[in-house]
Amino acid sequence: MSGRTDTVRPPAHARPSRAGTGTSWVYGAVGVLGELLITLGVLLLGFLVWQLWWTDVEGDRVQAEIVRDLGFDQPAPSEGPDDGVAEPRRDEPPVLPEPSLTESFAALSVPRWAGEPQRPISQGTDRRTVLDVLGIGHYVGTAMPGGVGNFALAGHRVTFGKPFNRIEELQLGDALVVRTADTWYVYKVTSTEVVMPSDVRVIAPVPNEPGVVPTERYITLTTCHPMFSARERYIVHGVLDYWAPTSDGTPAELLG
Amino acid sequence: MYGWLWRHLPGPTPVRAVLAAALVAAVLVVCFQWVFPAVAPYMPFNETTVGEG
Repeated sequence: MSGRTDTVRPPAHARPSRAGTGTSWVYGAVGVLGELLITLGVLLLGFLVWQLWWTDVEGDRVQAEIVRDLGFDQPAPSEGPDDGVAEPRRDEPPVLPEPSLTESFAALSVPRWAGEPQRPISQGTDRRTVLDVLGIGHYVGTAMPGGVGNFALAGHRVTFGKPFNRIEELQLGDALVVRTADTWYVYKVTSTEVVMPSDVRVIAPVPNEPGVVPTERYITLTTCHPMFSARERYIVHGVLDYWAPTSDGTPAELLG
Repeated sequence: MYGWLWRHLPGPTPVRAVLAAALVAAVLVVCFQWVFPAVAPYMPFNETTVGEG
């Protein structure tokens, strides 16, 4: 193999130019520049593939794993006397304290999004540590599930598992079912809106009425709008319909 | 650039082809694993939160 010299059959584009030696280095430089530009193009294509496809593959896998680790993928063991349907309760629900950052403490199921897996909810809305890896994030300082105030969540609409991909399908009255270790919280969608990214009023304790002391138990989902853009935010508001202990069965909305 | 690389890969053509493919795969893995995730948060899309963030 070493008997061959290096210049026996180099690829056409690498063959030395037959032009005068004075201009050959120009051709060489242009050739390298061209190859660099092609490389850049291929890398950009690779970035698109990664962003639009691979982050979903990874996100779905990681998020399913979290739900499994939390034990939320199993149907709740029913101790009730009945058919496994949780009895709706409308008294004071149990409310967890806020967990530490990045801790996954709940999961969201949306019957309207048939075919979508249950998604974990983790503390914080930092992209690098929560939204890009763990799925749905809980705005720090907003109410916890079932709490009086606004249980505010953010999630990707495209890429990274896209937990809120089908947010625009939600209709008024649709159930948003949140599960923690011991409790189901069933919220109903009350309104949707599109706002500017700076409109923090949507996650105020009373949505869109900052400063007002809440008496109701709200939920708010925020994601990007339109898809693949950061220009606006798509917002879904809801209010707690009922709660039930997980030991009592599964909410009828999920059994439908 | 790539011509130079090709000439400096050892072995006959099939071996060089395999080596070149391995190099391409290595670059892709490095990009998928570290480069793209590091760059992604600076892209001007995909923000989902309200507020300063």
